[in-house]
Amino acid sequence: MSESSSAGAVATAPPAPRPGSGSSGGGHPVRRGRSVRGRTRSGRRPTTWRTRAEIGLLAGPAIVVFCAFVIVPVLMAAYYGFYSWKGFGVPSDFVGLGNYLAIWRDATFLDALRHNGFIVVMSLLLQGPAAIALALLLNRRIRGRSAIRVLIFVPYVISEVIVGTGWSLLLQTSGAVNDLLGKIGLEGWAVDWLSDPSVAIWSLMLIITWKYVGFAVILFLAGLQSIPEELHEAASIDGASYWQIQRSITLPLLGPTIRIWAFLSIIGALQLFDLVYIVWGQYVAATAGTSTMATYMVVNGRNAGNYGFGNAVAVVLFLISLVIALTYQRFVLRRDTEGALTERKK
Amino acid sequence: MSASAVQTAPTAARPVRPDAPRRRRNLAFERVNPMVYVVAWLLVGLCIAPVAYIVLGGLRTNSQITADPSGLPTTWEFGNYVEVLTSSLFWQQFGNSLLIGLATTLGVVVLGVMASFVLARYEFSGRAAMYSLFAAGLMFPMTVAITPLYIMIRGLGLMNSVPGIVLPQIAFALPTTIIILVPFLRAIPKELEEAAAIDGASRLGFFIRMVVPLSVPGVVTVGILAFVASWNSYMLPLFVLNDESSYTLPLGVQSFASQYSVDTARVLAFTSLSMIPALIFFSLFEKRIVGGLTGAVKG
Repeated sequence: MSESSSAGAVATAPPAPRPGSGSSGGGHPVRRGRSVRGRTRSGRRPTTWRTRAEIGLLAGPAIVVFCAFVIVPVLMAAYYGFYSWKGFGVPSDFVGLGNYLAIWRDATFLDALRHNGFIVVMSLLLQGPAAIALALLLNRRIRGRSAIRVLIFVPYVISEVIVGTGWSLLLQTSGAVNDLLGKIGLEGWAVDWLSDPSVAIWSLMLIITWKYVGFAVILFLAGLQSIPEELHEAASIDGASYWQIQRSITLPLLGPTIRIWAFLSIIGALQLFDLVYIVWGQYVAATAGTSTMATYMVVNGRNAGNYGFGNAVAVVLFLISLVIALTYQRFVLRRDTEGALTERKK
Repeated sequence: MSASAVQTAPTAARPVRPDAPRRRRNLAFERVNPMVYVVAWLLVGLCIAPVAYIVLGGLRTNSQITADPSGLPTTWEFGNYVEVLTSSLFWQQFGNSLLIGLATTLGVVVLGVMASFVLARYEFSGRAAMYSLFAAGLMFPMTVAITPLYIMIRGLGLMNSVPGIVLPQIAFALPTTIIILVPFLRAIPKELEEAAAIDGASRLGFFIRMVVPLSVPGVVTVGILAFVASWNSYMLPLFVLNDESSYTLPLGVQSFASQYSVDTARVLAFTSLSMIPALIFFSLFEKRIVGGLTGAVKG
């Protein structure tokens, strides 16, 4: 990730011509490739002590806060993970890879890992098509569009705690959903949404889809807005139908946005904690078949007082996310990056 | 995410300028199949129904809820809402959430704009590394760092305190903020900086007099995102706050729900009141957020 983004940061700053630094002055200052390069290099302001002080003054606070509260804790997690430690004093009971072996041998963890995998895949399959359809719908100039937009984002804006509290009341055995099913003559469909292990994970998927589809819609709408109107106009003049236009123009051009959303969705699904912990509590998640790596970490780490073990779980969670993220960047996001870079070179 | 950052620069100027033509076009509605309206409002119904259940449930009595869980209020009971609104605990937690949200937003915006300005407008050897540092932060969600973070905050004596929540929240919000803001600041034309330099402004003067006012649209976007994230955040307060008077609303809702689990109607009233501020905030600025992201996720 760092490699590609740094390349991007460099590539996107076009060398800005500065007055006074060009050799030829007026007329056509840029003629040969070489002179362009020469201008760029000499055009840079020298990094004087004053500039350095400004950089330090402006960027310093952000870097300090960021390192202190993001980088250091992550490094500490890696360190504590090698100790059996109850969270007080300096960790002294070095157990090497003991915590990690214990994690891999724990069937509860492997269950949690499996649930995470399921959630990753199902999130993509359920939310992706739904969000694309919704975004296409909302991108049309229909009456009440802005009202519809705001209302569709409501689930995304309200907090996980509220979503969890509300849905657990709705889905409990004598709750509103089963009651409603009874009213419309579908008593047979009423199940124990939250406690039946074969149903619970689907209930979780229902809640997740409901909550996060709005975020995907926001991203896709933003992506759709950046597709030039002229392309649609040209296609419809050539006689393309609405669906042909969407399939051959809109979807391919939305591709980069979809791929970025999928990336964010995968990472989010791997880290899922709040909803499960709120709806299923700290004990039931494992038996209901909805536990995730993050709830496993909190239950077996902090709640059990085994801080060393909890940190080892955090490291495992991080490494799994990292490997998946890097693989995704390498094979899926790469062509977007390449496209952007090669385009510049034209 | 890094890929998105790569592609933003050329188009990011758009959110800065008022987009007059598009707004005008909005006024002409398309002629679409009526089914589109049916489908659209059906989906809206699905999105709103659970929220409506929470809000309307607060207007019912417990016996009504038990007898007919999915019914509408038959009598309008405002007692639950009044009870919550007159309880000092609710306002205490509301105040905590508000204070923490505002402090986080302020910190994120100030630190984010300053760091983004450096990344966007200065050329120095460590710039790529600095950008990578923040971009890598996207890979560290709070879940991974939460246990050591908790130990660290405990060690600093910041348990149950506002800074104990605000500082980590600022740190974790910085990567997104910087990735959204850098293209914004880079899109400010060089000519402006040169004109300011000719008029005798230093780069810092240029920053304060030109960049800060010009970056307002981007700042509003990241500010709202930071505020809503802080208002809704659950995991960090769960670890750091363990005294009911220092709780933020999400924790308050949860403890209220378990404490009064038999009093469903009151739980629903408490819950619906606690989501109102984030909803208002978001609906006021929804256009801004979509506009701001248009720069950030441009394909």
